[in-house]
Amino acid sequence: MIFRDSTPIRDGFGRALVDAAARRPEIVALTADLSEPTRVHWFAAEFPNRFYQMGISENDMIGTAAGMALNGLIPFATTFAVFAVSLAHQAIRLSVAYNEANVKIVCSHGGITVGGDGATHQAFEDLALMRLVPGMTVVCPCDAKEAYDATIAIADYEGPVYMRVGRIAGPIIDQGRSSFELGKARIVRAGDDVALLANGIMLAYALEAAELLEQEGVQARVINLHTLKPLDEDTVLAAAHECGAVVTVEEHSVLGGLRGAVAELLSARCPTAVEGVGVNDTFGEAGEPEEMLVKYGLTVDQILAAARRAVSRRSVVTEA
Amino acid sequence: MQHNKEDLQNFANQIRRDVIRMIRHAGSGHPGGALGAAELFAVLYGHAMEHDPQAPEDPHRDRLVLSNGHICAALYSALARTGYLPVEELATLRQLGSRLPGHPSRTKFPAVIENSSGPLGQGVPVAKGIAQANLQLGFSGHVYCLVGDGEMHEGIVWESLLSAAQHRVGNLTLIVSYNDLQIDGRVSEIKEIQPLGEKLRAFRWDVTEIDGHDIDAVTNALVNRRAKPNQPKAVVANTVMGKGVPFMENLAKWHGTCPTEDEATEALEAIGTVPGYQDFTIMEKAEA
Repeated sequence: MIFRDSTPIRDGFGRALVDAAARRPEIVALTADLSEPTRVHWFAAEFPNRFYQMGISENDMIGTAAGMALNGLIPFATTFAVFAVSLAHQAIRLSVAYNEANVKIVCSHGGITVGGDGATHQAFEDLALMRLVPGMTVVCPCDAKEAYDATIAIADYEGPVYMRVGRIAGPIIDQGRSSFELGKARIVRAGDDVALLANGIMLAYALEAAELLEQEGVQARVINLHTLKPLDEDTVLAAAHECGAVVTVEEHSVLGGLRGAVAELLSARCPTAVEGVGVNDTFGEAGEPEEMLVKYGLTVDQILAAARRAVSRRSVVTEA
Repeated sequence: MQHNKEDLQNFANQIRRDVIRMIRHAGSGHPGGALGAAELFAVLYGHAMEHDPQAPEDPHRDRLVLSNGHICAALYSALARTGYLPVEELATLRQLGSRLPGHPSRTKFPAVIENSSGPLGQGVPVAKGIAQANLQLGFSGHVYCLVGDGEMHEGIVWESLLSAAQHRVGNLTLIVSYNDLQIDGRVSEIKEIQPLGEKLRAFRWDVTEIDGHDIDAVTNALVNRRAKPNQPKAVVANTVMGKGVPFMENLAKWHGTCPTEDEATEALEAIGTVPGYQDFTIMEKAEA
């Protein structure tokens, strides 16, 4: 499948689900009145007998998906991030995760780039909340191509997964010859002066910042942490050890998500200067995606400033 | 197949004895709802469900999803008395490392406990999902889901009632153990759910209302599952919390109170001994 720079990330999911389902008859899909926005409508058209329209009932959808998984199906449950993660958290925690049910929860409209719908529909905390659920794999692909590959990967993986697929279109990122592997970070750019750890749409911004840092004589290593959990600890530790300065970049609250995961690891295993670019502890508001990114500090300039701060704080690091 | 009423009543009474002894030994637990549902468990495991403890993962098995997980002492007893675990293991209720925690855990007891439950309402969509997967995969089993009446306050239940009818999940039977009691008092005074049968009918379910302690009535309601294959079934079973132990009957206190040693003795005397059954052994803890 060819993806263009104008392809929304969620399209990668929608196309991959159809392809995965052609291969695996156990795959079914559910939605809570959001088939087109989540791109599960392509699946519904292709496999109408394996598609379950649940109406506006997210708790029911997640619980039903859990039951289906306990009986051998591979359900993909789709809605917006706020509705699954916040509204149906009990069902996710109990019926999916504690049961170890093989449910894939795939949500669009995570993060700040939702647009004019405003704060009620913007989930800045979805990845953090899902990280805290034992046994949950948490994935946030960077573009439509990676969303396609991630969807295929999670369909083949046995166990509960939360995946956020953004609403907007972004560039398809050249990730060299690395292929998508769940739980394995992708090093997108080499460098030893500072490590920029990013996921989702912010990976493109981190790469742009890295090019500008090079003009200042700073070689930035850019790492795509598409799998937030389980975290690729070896790759993060090596980056911290070899660069001595780390910046996390995420379209998410700076609490509990990528910065949280990285800081938890490094504070225990390799104390390092960590700067975080993300949404501060606040709700969003209505606005165009590009305006929102600027207002809430998710910009190349903010990444540059954070990288400079991290480099200035860099100290000699020794393994604890 | 004709049921043996006397055998099933004996089974129910043995469940009651087990419930009292398990909870007394554990030092905590939920006796009231478990005692009140003893006939329901006895008929499900003793007659209505097609199941085989030698083949607990048979995809065509009938299943019970216990949604009001706090009454699990009765479930554990029914499972033990039909061969899914040694009856002596009932003495491990709520202990560290046991397969029988205070609320059922699928991962602690794989292939036997169908669903982890405790937070109320959550089991209803899970039961429905299992039933829908049966239809999708061509498995013949019927899925029963047991809920308490206070549990009907949870919104998720009504979401699932709507979609079960919409999706014509005819291989699903919801059983409501209706004793009109919840922790803080009478359901009818806290948040009335009547007329429950009418509500369920309005939600397009096939509804039967019965005396939940009448073995014949329970049996007839629970084996009636092949009728109306495209319509989900609801059995409103009128029950008495604490049934069989007079001083516990109809008192909200016994939702989650452990009887004292004297109370347990009195309860067991009230229930009486059961022909054909023996109580499980409680091993004395080794003195250090």
